[in-house]
Amino acid sequence: MTKQVEKVDRVIIRFAGDSGDGMQLTGDRFTSETAAFGNDLSTLPDFPAEIRAPAGTLPGVSAFQLHFADHDILTPGDAPDVLVAMNPAALKANLKDVPRGGTVIVNTDEFTPRALTKVGYAADPLEDGSLDAYKVHKVALTTQTVKVLEGFDISRKDAERAKNMYSLGLLSWLYHRPTEATVEFLQKKFAKKPEIAAANVAAFRAGWNYGETTEDFVVSYEIAPAPMPKGTYRNIHGNLALAYGLIAASHSSGLPMFLGAYPITPASDILHELSKHKNHGVRTFQAEDEIAGIGAALGASFGGALGVTTTSGPGIALKGETIGLAVSLELPLVICDIQRGGPSTGLPTKTEQSDLFLAMFGRNGEAPVPIVAPRSPADCFDAALEAARIAVTYRTPVFLLSDGYLANGSEPWRIPDVADLPVIAPNFAAGPNKVLEDGSEAFWPFLRDPETLARPWAVPGTPGLEHRIGGIEKQDGTGNISYDPANHDLMVRTRAAKVAGIDVADVEVDTGPDSQAGSGAPKVLVLGWGSTYGPIQAACRRVRREGNQVAHAHLRHLNPFPANLGRILKEYDRVLVPEMNLGQLSMLVRAQYLVDAVGYNQVRGLPFKAAELAGVITDLIGSAEDRHSDGHSDGHSDGHSGATDTVEGVGV
Amino acid sequence: MPELLKLTTKDFKTDQEVRWCPGCGDYAILAAVQGFMPSLGIKREDIVFVSGIGCSSRFPYYMNTYGMHSIHGRAPAIATGLAASRPDLSVWVVTGDGDALSIGGNHLIHALRRNVNLKILLFNNRIYGLTKGQYSPTSEQGKITKSTPYGSLDAPFNPVSLALGAEATFVARTIDSDRKHLTSVLQAAAEHEGTALIEIYQNCNIFNDGAFEHLKDNSVRDRHLIRLEHGQPITFGSEDEQYGIVRMPDATLKAVPLKEAGDSVLVHDAHASEPDLAFALSRLPDPATLSPTPIGVFRSVRRPTYDTLMAEQLDDAARRLGSGKLAELLTGSDTWTIS
Repeated sequence: MTKQVEKVDRVIIRFAGDSGDGMQLTGDRFTSETAAFGNDLSTLPDFPAEIRAPAGTLPGVSAFQLHFADHDILTPGDAPDVLVAMNPAALKANLKDVPRGGTVIVNTDEFTPRALTKVGYAADPLEDGSLDAYKVHKVALTTQTVKVLEGFDISRKDAERAKNMYSLGLLSWLYHRPTEATVEFLQKKFAKKPEIAAANVAAFRAGWNYGETTEDFVVSYEIAPAPMPKGTYRNIHGNLALAYGLIAASHSSGLPMFLGAYPITPASDILHELSKHKNHGVRTFQAEDEIAGIGAALGASFGGALGVTTTSGPGIALKGETIGLAVSLELPLVICDIQRGGPSTGLPTKTEQSDLFLAMFGRNGEAPVPIVAPRSPADCFDAALEAARIAVTYRTPVFLLSDGYLANGSEPWRIPDVADLPVIAPNFAAGPNKVLEDGSEAFWPFLRDPETLARPWAVPGTPGLEHRIGGIEKQDGTGNISYDPANHDLMVRTRAAKVAGIDVADVEVDTGPDSQAGSGAPKVLVLGWGSTYGPIQAACRRVRREGNQVAHAHLRHLNPFPANLGRILKEYDRVLVPEMNLGQLSMLVRAQYLVDAVGYNQVRGLPFKAAELAGVITDLIGSAEDRHSDGHSDGHSDGHSGATDTVEGVGV
Repeated sequence: MPELLKLTTKDFKTDQEVRWCPGCGDYAILAAVQGFMPSLGIKREDIVFVSGIGCSSRFPYYMNTYGMHSIHGRAPAIATGLAASRPDLSVWVVTGDGDALSIGGNHLIHALRRNVNLKILLFNNRIYGLTKGQYSPTSEQGKITKSTPYGSLDAPFNPVSLALGAEATFVARTIDSDRKHLTSVLQAAAEHEGTALIEIYQNCNIFNDGAFEHLKDNSVRDRHLIRLEHGQPITFGSEDEQYGIVRMPDATLKAVPLKEAGDSVLVHDAHASEPDLAFALSRLPDPATLSPTPIGVFRSVRRPTYDTLMAEQLDDAARRLGSGKLAELLTGSDTWTIS
């Protein structure tokens, strides 16, 4: 049978099943195949906090979405073109996201009356016509897998478990994915159980062959590789990129890394990863609690290590006092907050950007801490290096604000040349830095570099520089305890000035490929930070395709803000700040720059959808145009004022 | 030791004015520590004192070594990171009963079980001093303080029992005013590889004066104080009234007149692999009267230290895999090239 091959430029697939169905693994493998093929891609795992929620229930559904294309893409996609539903719960939980006309592949074996009742289906959706708007492929995935594996010496349960590989095989055929790496992967994963390995490979191949032979699938799809800059690539998750960035910082500074951490979702993978790389001199310490994690890291920093702690919001809440101590001691420390939904335990496996205020203000006293945020999974590498650069150069704790979406999402990463990485210079103090009145030499631990305001870092073991530091206010210069009012005022202002004066790159404004053509310069600026980069960029592209102009600036540095930010904000009639919180950056820029920023805010535990965001931007462009025709441009004339102001009509 | 260090007590004093209340037991401990430090033969730059918060935690400011006065209860955690990443240093923690046993209790027990190379000096005065006189986790039950005008309700911790239960490899107790005994215990702790906990009974003459007077006063202390010596029979008492510690049929320990005890007097074994004798000894004193109170080294056993094990894992990985190459790590095994 000759099958038709159709060329498409991009596809969004969502694999959905029970937590125990291996959907994350299936998605990861399909992603690897896709990366190896050379498509650009972006992924979004979405799974419950429970390890094994009750089987067949809606809360137990685990999903993995992958967007891949023959061109540069920025997000895991808004709506899946293809939904693979391994059971009725997966269908029910995900169908609403599939546009009419989309493809749905279901495992019919799981559509038993009992399973249907469990999720509240009164009638079988495969039979009652409710899926008529979709292209439905009914496949008896379990039965067919078990049948294929009849000859293998494995349990029925193990045979059934291979159904995810059968579905992976089918999808691999459908989209012309290379299969060798998956076969190798399975053989390696089950190296100690060769029979299981062989069974999984057989199921994978059988799924492929099923696509090839069944009349149910008459078309397969080709998505050409995406043109990407020259270089060697790999696919990388945010947490892995972040871990590598920290190791790179350790290499480029010559400082041995010490990680103090307590397990917490979604940051634990960084601890897991770093604990593998002991031959890079990385010490990992699983502490008794969050406080000990950061305490040990700070102790290691005092001893001349690159101290790092990794956690999520609840952990930061506990670490607050020690962060304040690090501010007071002025020692380098990298604090990684992989943000998740809050408050309290919140949504451990879902993403959010609601710890910006916590990072900015979550300490007693005036305790400024620089904040750096990555904007994509691969960018976590560069952001980690930047956080370490600031920490070491300025002797300060630094926040690295990633989030759950970046942590678990993945994309292709052009592997950097190690020689091009920034050099981080610890410049340890080596001798006395002060001549006293009597002519003798002394070491003053708080005598600062006049340019950076950084204090000298003298590590134990250095003769002659013995000194004592502490969390009590210190006398400027000597570092001795001081309760003097004027000195305290000076020290508070000096610490603030040090952080405010950190040399950070200017923020760049993207106005699209031909911003000057057509309707003139953009009047609306979209200002974002962190993981909203992809959705905002994708939304701006949509807006421009429709003939409108819009500018996008994305902040790497949240504290201090780039020096050019104030000027840029004033160049636009309207500033839109989309955030996965209730308006934290928005409030900061309003306070600092007196700009009438408008928030667009969602806290649904998921990244923004590009289409939705594009609509918001277009509406705002419209209002900016109206305002122009009315002759108003001062930004205070249309009721959009007040820090809690948000765009209305948010479809939550 | 490559060269003989000629350090004296003076070398360990700083130019900072010591600001404890006149008459505080901390002065005696500071003098003993400064006096004993030269005998270690360790360079000043290789010694670090880390403290938490409380009166005792001002200690590092007065030691001319590296030092950090940190935050309440966290000194063991901070010192753990320092000692684990710098096994070449001699790291000392100075803490108090509130700092170590209340707000920092978790860090203390975990430092002890890990056996990090730390020497923890726990100044126990059975009261909160710096916050002006609230009861502490070692205060006797029913204690009347500013925060407990009707008497405290909580049963106190016994720091030695707690440390033994937390898998400590070295546990000792001494008294601020007994310079000779204090020094001998410090010496034993310094020689110990791993975490050493030294409980130092320290008099707070402002908020809990005389808490240990019966263990200090020459005229009565022999009746209340048991001096533990490894390998020696466990006895105490005045010249005319000697007692020996014997094990009763129900396995508890009891002080009985030496004449009656005869051969059944227990011999102290600080190196016993199981801590049951040490624990039983820690339970001897009545929590209210602190009598009879054993002092000295309860337990001192060898177990690999955390920092050594951690360093070995790193060395072993470097031996097996070679020193880590960044480019190799970043490249990984699954790549594609666009040319």
